[in-house]
Amino acid sequence: MAVGGNAGSARGGIVLKGVTKRFGDTTAVRGIDLEIPGGAYCCLLGPSGCGKTTILRMIAGHEDPSAGVVSIDGEDVVGKRPMQRGTAMMFQSYALFPHLSCLDNVAFNLKVRGIGKAQRRERALEMLERVRMGAFAHRLPAQLSGGQQQRIALARALITNPRVLLLDEPLSALDEFLRLQMRLELKRIQHEFGITFVHVTHTQMEAIALADTVVVMDQGRIEHAGAAREVFEQPRTAYVARFIGGQNVLSGTVVASHPGRVTLETGAQRIVLDAPGTEREVGALFEVALRRDRVSLRRSSSAIEAPSPNSVMARVGSMEYQGSWFKIQLDGASGEEFVVNLPDTRYFEDPLAEGDEVIAAWNPQEAHLLGTGGAQG
Amino acid sequence: MQARESGRRGLSHYLLAGFFGLFVAFLYGPMSAIFVLSFQGPTGGLTFPMRGVSLRWFHALFSQERTGDFAGSFTRSLLLAALVLSLTVVISVLAGLAFRRRFPGSSFLFYLAVASLIMPGILVGLGIGVTFQFLDIPTAWYSSGLGAQLTWTLPFGLLIMFAVLSRFNRAYEEAGRDLGATNWQVFWLIVVPILAPGIIGVALFGFTLSYDEFARSLLTAGAQNTLPMEIWGMTTNVTSPALFALGTVTTLVSFAAIILSLGSIALIERRRTRRGSVAAGTSPAPGH
Repeated sequence: MAVGGNAGSARGGIVLKGVTKRFGDTTAVRGIDLEIPGGAYCCLLGPSGCGKTTILRMIAGHEDPSAGVVSIDGEDVVGKRPMQRGTAMMFQSYALFPHLSCLDNVAFNLKVRGIGKAQRRERALEMLERVRMGAFAHRLPAQLSGGQQQRIALARALITNPRVLLLDEPLSALDEFLRLQMRLELKRIQHEFGITFVHVTHTQMEAIALADTVVVMDQGRIEHAGAAREVFEQPRTAYVARFIGGQNVLSGTVVASHPGRVTLETGAQRIVLDAPGTEREVGALFEVALRRDRVSLRRSSSAIEAPSPNSVMARVGSMEYQGSWFKIQLDGASGEEFVVNLPDTRYFEDPLAEGDEVIAAWNPQEAHLLGTGGAQG
Repeated sequence: MQARESGRRGLSHYLLAGFFGLFVAFLYGPMSAIFVLSFQGPTGGLTFPMRGVSLRWFHALFSQERTGDFAGSFTRSLLLAALVLSLTVVISVLAGLAFRRRFPGSSFLFYLAVASLIMPGILVGLGIGVTFQFLDIPTAWYSSGLGAQLTWTLPFGLLIMFAVLSRFNRAYEEAGRDLGATNWQVFWLIVVPILAPGIIGVALFGFTLSYDEFARSLLTAGAQNTLPMEIWGMTTNVTSPALFALGTVTTLVSFAAIILSLGSIALIERRRTRRGSVAAGTSPAPGH
């Protein structure tokens, strides 16, 4: 395969340029630009119907883009078969051939390449050992549990010696316990093989836990592509902040603006924010994200306490014990959901009850200014 | 549910059981009478009582004594059924695969094809016979007869393939291509083996529908009779238990076809589940 001259040092660097995919009247993917460095673990994250699977299938060669270029290691691969691309896909349903034993499933690629029976079985068994499924070589897929089937599917894809492995919601069919186990396993295998993984998921924490690069999508567009930590801590748009979770989005119109300080009308109450370097026109939309675990709570001494900057007044709504922390929903804080994740020790010092009047406050540097939706790609 | 199952049975149970009893009696009663009477003694007649037991009437069948051309029509019917079976399988499977893609006019084409299921068979046969006569082509079981029977078996085959393919996950084919298989390899190494039980079902239908087809063949089979027409002829002029022997033999052929197909389907299914159950005890996945 041609050696590419693009970003990553390892093999399997993927570049999408202006990629669009239309199915009849609907547009699934709208002019996407994306660069995935070779050897990276990339998660495409978004709600169902956002176009993430379509992107995966276009990289795999199971769909052709309506417009744009897909290249791997600098080589345009549009129109090429999966094998020529050096990609292998793991299907959501695993698509293990039900009439073949695990060994023959894994050996399928070698068989169609004309490699002799003894040799291909030997190599397939070797691959099965690498995913710790050697003992199941002669079973049929129907006799395996979901997690075991997944390892077989993984071995079957890896035996093609791909430079890119494409995983379509690989963990969605597993129960919680197995999902966490397989998550580690995927990461281990990606490390061991040193190839690019592109993993489609709609589970935020899965993407955060696995990916070097998280790509958050909505309605066929990329809302934010960046390192996991960046996407979590500095979401680019309100959509990303809401979708990734762990954030409260404060959104409102500016009613007063002084250098370093804005006052917002959120629909529930006015909030004064310290926002250095930002001066906004009165009437403009202003959105900030605020991590739920960086908000502190104290009881409000009187219901008519004057609002201080960087805080909101609210009433305690529903509360949920999460073990090491409490999820406390506040009513009347802003126009939308406002949640505080309170450490359990803090909660038990002075347990709150539903209906208690509280003030939720934060340090000014914790408020993260958001861009308006969909502008950047 | 539990209480109702363990409690006394309602009226509906007895009504339904009675209805099923009637069904069984109508289906297997005459068949067993024919079966028993086909072993009638040499001096026996068309009705009970049995006067001894013999295989005489089976002999009579194959000796062209006075029973018409049983051996010839039997062979023709088997050959024709084999032809119909092969064509039905090939065409239905390919058409079924093609219909998975919605092409312009696909539903019109589908209704056009299955309409022959509701057309009276005798009229289809008449039309084909008249057309052949008009074109001055002699009708024969292997030409006009074959065509007439295919108008009957192909729609059935197509409908079965629809049912079979509705449960077929296209990801299998994509996985095959993803793993480097050519379209040809995908078809032979993946599609055909996975669909095998359904394809055998199509073959069984093709065979049995052809083997006892009468209405469409009557006016299209030409000078040489197929078995159902020969039997029809015999009922009017054969007055010996050879007629019953004929019934027994043809029924056995039908049963053999059914047992063969169901047996091979069962074998495939078992092969797909058997292999690992031996080692099932070693499964390290509790709760799955």
